[in-house]
Amino acid sequence: MWRDALLIAGKDLKVEFRTKVMVNQILPFAFVVLIIFAFALDTSPGTLQKFAPGLFWLAVLFSSILSVERAVAIEIDDSAGDGLTVYGVDPGGIFLGKVASVFVQLSLLEVVLTLGVVVLYGSKTGGWLLMIAATVFATLGLSAAGVTYSQLAGGSRAKHTLVPLLLVPVASPVLLAGTKAWQDAFSASSSLGDPWLRLLIVFAVVYLALGAIFFGSILEA
Amino acid sequence: MQNLVSFENVIVVSGNFPILTGLSFEAGPGEIVLVKGRNGAGKTSFLRTVAGLSRITRGSAHVLGVDIVAKPGDARHRVGLLGHESFLYEDLTARENILFALRATRSDLSAAKSAMESVGLAGRLADLRVGKMSAGQRKKVALAALLARDPELWLLDEPHASLDSWTREALDDSLNSRVSRGSTVLLVSHETHHGSLVPTRVVEIGGGRVVADSGRVQAAHLEQEARSEQGSDHVA
Repeated sequence: MWRDALLIAGKDLKVEFRTKVMVNQILPFAFVVLIIFAFALDTSPGTLQKFAPGLFWLAVLFSSILSVERAVAIEIDDSAGDGLTVYGVDPGGIFLGKVASVFVQLSLLEVVLTLGVVVLYGSKTGGWLLMIAATVFATLGLSAAGVTYSQLAGGSRAKHTLVPLLLVPVASPVLLAGTKAWQDAFSASSSLGDPWLRLLIVFAVVYLALGAIFFGSILEA
Repeated sequence: MQNLVSFENVIVVSGNFPILTGLSFEAGPGEIVLVKGRNGAGKTSFLRTVAGLSRITRGSAHVLGVDIVAKPGDARHRVGLLGHESFLYEDLTARENILFALRATRSDLSAAKSAMESVGLAGRLADLRVGKMSAGQRKKVALAALLARDPELWLLDEPHASLDSWTREALDDSLNSRVSRGSTVLLVSHETHHGSLVPTRVVEIGGGRVVADSGRVQAAHLEQEARSEQGSDHVA
């Protein structure tokens, strides 16, 4: 399974590197979300700093929809997914490989977006450890849930509208917990024992386990 | 001799529509079975079912000694399918696609070079992205991946379509050499003449089941029959 996961992740990242969809489309889109929401709220520095964590995670959530849809679409063109089935690639490996690829892409996006939050909103944090840990587990959870639901919707003709409809409600705990964990990280008393971080860890573990177990059934269906 | 494919009263349903309706079929090692039938008869569905891509609703099915009703995944990596889709990634080059297929099936990577050369994919073409290739070139890439994998059971749906005469001959030679070593080819084709790839048996599918089976016959006889059919087509 792990060998197949590496194979799929490597292939997906190579395709992404060639097409540059993340750099040329998803990243600019995420920045537009950051800026538009800031305008919609209030452009005063105090307000922006207060809402920065929520705006950051909204931008990540919207971007993750595009990213996971893309990860599944790669296998739909020319029925490449059927090829994986005929090759006998482990479905759990396909799932974990796609999650790894989406995780790497979203992580790079988050690094750039974090710089954007610092520059645009003037946010400052003292709790780097909590912020990094929360971001890692939130991104893992988003990637795992996203790949699962995107594959679930992949067989439908209405997949492009179905993915956000399925994923946004499911990922709302990540949005909430990620925002709260970042707010705690921005406060003076942040620690790795943060309850919101624990929620993010549980979410990530549950969706990774569910995906690895049931992805084969979703593919067969 | 053990059959490589053994189907008995196989029923496959897609949605509410039965695409195989009690199909029974057997093929042993070293056979080239030409599968004929009208459009929509169930030829492609039959190949996809043998490849383990369609779930069998009822009946018994063994491929390469594996019960594919109980364990549909266990024989897949030993089967090679070339259908209407080529299973290629448009943003990878021909070489990368072939190496990916070999890695995914845990096959010998060194087979890639000779397979690419055998279908004329050497040089600049090998490092061209598949998305920029013509239909014939894409078919060559898919064929090279299959040749490099060297599966025990070949499922070919119109393999000669879009190919130039040189590649057709190269493909036929490669397949004949593999069949002589015990591989089996199930060939769906509407063409009446298959070059040097001479079927050892002709099976006709209609309405999702086998409606006629020539049994193992003399290759020369089949070849003669095919040529006379081709001749009458020209006259018509």
